[in-house]
Amino acid sequence: MSIVEMIERLGALVLDGIARLGTFSLFLISALFYAIMPPYKPRLLIRQISSIGAESLFLIVLIATFTGMVLGLQGYNALHRFGSDTALGTVVALILVRELGPVLAALMIAARAGSAMAAELGSMQATEQIDALTVMAINPIQYLVSPRVLAGVISFPLLTSIFDVIAIWGGYLVGVKLLGAPSGPYFNGIATNLSGHDIMTGLYKALVFGVVVMWVCCYKGYNAERMATGVSRATTQAVVLSSVLILAWDYFLTSILL
Amino acid sequence: MSELQTNHDGANAIKVRDLRRRFDHQQVLDGVTLDMPAGQITTIVGPSGSGKTVLLKHLNLLLRPDSGQIVIDNVDVTKLRGTAVDAVREKIGMLFQAGALFDSLSVFDNVAFPLVEKTNLPRTEIEQRVLETLRSVGLDGMEHKYPSELSGGMQKRAALARALVRRPKILMLDEPTTGLDPSRTRAIHELIRHTQENFQLTVVMVSHDVPAVFEVSDRVAFLHRGKTHLNGTVAEVMAADDEIFKHFLAGKASGAENEALAG
Repeated sequence: MSIVEMIERLGALVLDGIARLGTFSLFLISALFYAIMPPYKPRLLIRQISSIGAESLFLIVLIATFTGMVLGLQGYNALHRFGSDTALGTVVALILVRELGPVLAALMIAARAGSAMAAELGSMQATEQIDALTVMAINPIQYLVSPRVLAGVISFPLLTSIFDVIAIWGGYLVGVKLLGAPSGPYFNGIATNLSGHDIMTGLYKALVFGVVVMWVCCYKGYNAERMATGVSRATTQAVVLSSVLILAWDYFLTSILL
Repeated sequence: MSELQTNHDGANAIKVRDLRRRFDHQQVLDGVTLDMPAGQITTIVGPSGSGKTVLLKHLNLLLRPDSGQIVIDNVDVTKLRGTAVDAVREKIGMLFQAGALFDSLSVFDNVAFPLVEKTNLPRTEIEQRVLETLRSVGLDGMEHKYPSELSGGMQKRAALARALVRRPKILMLDEPTTGLDPSRTRAIHELIRHTQENFQLTVVMVSHDVPAVFEVSDRVAFLHRGKTHLNGTVAEVMAADDEIFKHFLAGKASGAENEALAG
């Protein structure tokens, strides 16, 4: 392969990448635009909140309990060496509210609801159901994507809050009830040291993750190839890309919000 | 292209002029010119890869051409945007190859869907219209079933009911008999003819079901290599002395074989 050919290929790759990024961005912009344009369909939004939010609740509670318990265990063992058992509540709560709560909740929702969403939209694309909406003069972005993105914005912070509360309780269960850290300072420490800023940091993160996960999963499903492997590929890519973007955005948000 | 008949009864509901569309390196539509008279069934046939489905997707405005014109009811739809597109779409009912019924909705809700979403009709009237349309396609009593509970033929009927429920002027059908056995194919063809007469529709159908589909068609357009190779009434097209069409009819030859023949 000559150098000119290599440069040509590289150029084509870069241009293709930029074009894809443009389509990807326009997808979110139109979803947000149509979310505020009439006709409003609260019924669709409520159905999505139920599917993303309510149906993820059990998983969130389960993961939160074990995360809190591990934090209680590790936190107690580390702090006990320095005689700082009383700081357990503060440590557990800060780690959870600022960092682990939003990230783990988002990863779990991406794995459960995001994958289902990519598969559902992918099979709708493969079986021409999205085209059917278009020829009925119904905007498929407004009908399918906007309610899901909005539902993500609403559900993620709520599920994250539930995650935080349950995990703090899980930490209490192991750190205080099982290992014997003092009970009073656990909650007093949280009340004294956890600021409004800490809580808002976690909720902002959850909000951004909600948009990112719904955006990626809807985009991948909506643009699935119309073949048998198209849907499965879209689903895998949706979960992998969502997870990577959650962690990447987490770093950027932390550096901005710290 | 051979225009076998230039004068036909009635006005043209759809006129296609020199339609061209390229995908990457393939010129899929290479100057399609075609008239589809109002109140008749025009069937588009051709070997795989001849551009039939792509043409249909241009007619229902799912795709935009690179050049050329599509005139529907005297409006050039190729330049329309926004609500003007919706206005044209409301005149068209579309039956997709796989039916494209919404899996999560019952047959009733699928058929009611366009009315619920796009009109302000009261619930009782929607119900009446849906049941009436389901009866007209032979699906009475099936309204509470889900698409997955229906046979292939019934799914096609339900999808046809959904396409008809808003009383369109034009009905477009993409391979309506794919995956059906010969007796169900015949039943669907009869239903299409009956529906066309019943609702006074202009029907545009893409089909691979030659020659069975000719029984139900008024006019036939034979696409080959992205062009209208033959176009006329069924009798005229069948009588045409054309090697490529005869070869297609005889073996329903693939696009590659036809290309070899033409080349």
